[in-house]
Amino acid sequence: MSTPEVVIALRGIRNQFGKQVVHDDLDLDVYRGEILGVVGGSGTGKSVLLRTIAGLQRPRAGSVNVLGIDVLTADEDTRTALENRWGVMFQDGALFSSLTVRENVEVPMRAVEGLDPGIRNALADLKISMVGLNYSAGDKYPSELSGGMRKRAGLARALALDPEILFLDEPTAGLDPIGAAAFDQLIRALSRAMGLTVFLVTHDLDTLHATCDRIAVLAEKKVLVSGTMKDMLDVDHPWVHEYFHGPRARAAFSEKRATGLMKDD
Amino acid sequence: MTSAANVPFLLTRDSATGAAIASGGLTVYTVTKAREALGRLTSEGALRLELSGLERLDTAGAWLLVTLKQERAAKGQTLTIEGASAEAMSLLQSVERALPEPEAVPAEGLSIAALLEKVGRRMATAGNYLLALLGYLGIFLHRLYRSILHPSQFRMTALVHHCEEVGVKAVPIVALMAFLIGVVLAFQGSVQLRQFGAEVFVVDLVAISILRELGILLTSIIVAGRTASAFTAAIGSMKMREEIDAMRTFGIDPAMSLFVPRILALLIVLPILGLIANVAGLVGGGLMAWIDLGISPEMFRTRLVEGTSVEHVFVGLVKAPVFALIIGVVGCHAGMQVQSNAESLGRMTSNAVVASIFAVIVADAIFSIFFARIGI
Repeated sequence: MSTPEVVIALRGIRNQFGKQVVHDDLDLDVYRGEILGVVGGSGTGKSVLLRTIAGLQRPRAGSVNVLGIDVLTADEDTRTALENRWGVMFQDGALFSSLTVRENVEVPMRAVEGLDPGIRNALADLKISMVGLNYSAGDKYPSELSGGMRKRAGLARALALDPEILFLDEPTAGLDPIGAAAFDQLIRALSRAMGLTVFLVTHDLDTLHATCDRIAVLAEKKVLVSGTMKDMLDVDHPWVHEYFHGPRARAAFSEKRATGLMKDD
Repeated sequence: MTSAANVPFLLTRDSATGAAIASGGLTVYTVTKAREALGRLTSEGALRLELSGLERLDTAGAWLLVTLKQERAAKGQTLTIEGASAEAMSLLQSVERALPEPEAVPAEGLSIAALLEKVGRRMATAGNYLLALLGYLGIFLHRLYRSILHPSQFRMTALVHHCEEVGVKAVPIVALMAFLIGVVLAFQGSVQLRQFGAEVFVVDLVAISILRELGILLTSIIVAGRTASAFTAAIGSMKMREEIDAMRTFGIDPAMSLFVPRILALLIVLPILGLIANVAGLVGGGLMAWIDLGISPEMFRTRLVEGTSVEHVFVGLVKAPVFALIIGVVGCHAGMQVQSNAESLGRMTSNAVVASIFAVIVADAIFSIFFARIGI
């Protein structure tokens, strides 16, 4: 693809809480079919950025354009239609605690007119299975699941309507390394199978290596740089350099190099 | 690219080759109609489905094609998918791989044995609950004994704080409630007793029912609603955030620092609240007797002192410490049963209120029988 389609376009975003300015004149483009990882230090507003795009946080200034629709000025019906075209997975799954996992996954599908309940049930089971949960997990309540299973169930719910864009907030936080690696692979496989565009916020260097096509670094209230992992290594901004050349980054790298997964280094 | 919701599904036949041609969108929005349309083609043994005209295919559509193929295979028919794009093929493959296999859920029997088992389990649970409450009472008494031996471990500040929370702040609601109960009793009593010309006995009616039963019982019910829930919520949220586990790692005894000040505060203030309720109830009854029957406060006082034995006050207030222990132990026990989710906090809080009110009423009934038997 010579000119990839832009599915999310942020222009001049300004977010502030009281006197504290989180984002100032922030621009960002996300292209169709890519997995974009957003990194940044604590308090740089990674989650705020995700919430801004998903319409949960209204910026003070700027425009948010998703799939060709201006999120901030669109009327209610357009927004609802748009919301069905993206899915959000919150940090701890944010499952509805009074519903079973299957019912949770069915919630977005209930908005689809004329969808047969039997099919809805079967599709929910399919989504639960696609995120790697057992069939029996569908009957369980969120409180009966482990943290990793809750995240998978949250992902299944986010994928319920086959969204075009998937937002993930810290998908691997709180998972053990094996579970996190499995989750990385799952995101990659699902995004390829379903043609998803993924916007993921993370702290996890391994996730960045394993899943992301492109990385955007938040610092100094804007997107400081964006590009591939290789590009990141050449940036000489102190924070970015520290992040991608720090001891943990080196550990993540050498492992990838040893297993031959990091080709472009 | 338009929204997937707006693309309808169309199924036509190619008259030349006999293949079915799917076009439009085969998505979660059209899957119900598509299943009907495709389901009508059951008569053919070998069905060819042409997908090259399909604009959109999502997992719901892929699921339909995969399950249709399986259903037809089970009946000895075939479904051949042709002209699918590379993305569509990979989606079909991923869905086929992920297709869940329903596990047989063991059916719950409705037999008499199962019913009996359920009842038995309930009974055992109830028995265990009573034992657990007894255990908590034991822990409280033991820690109380230890704090007498080692006064330095006793948390005086916490005790004073809880006395204020449980006692002082409950005075307005308790006094108002008892006052109104006194008013109601005097009014209802006067209507009935006037028929016999025995209005003056309203004083005895109000005094005995308030002092013996209602004063302390209703106070305990209000305190159970206010305080048992507060204990459960406070201890439960500490349990939820692992604060109690943190205490244990520092060698701080949760029973000593959480239960003793709370239950002891209840033990101290509940009799006082009961006494306040008694006074407020008598004032309310006296006021109503004055307005409705013309019994002056002076006459009410004389009649009260002459006609009502002081042992009624004793019979009423002696129950207070027992009720206080019940409310405190139930509240603290429920708080410790909270798990790591907010839902269980809410459930245990309402459980604590229901259980403590119920237990207080049962205890009151037992006291009534006991006092009747020993003749006071």
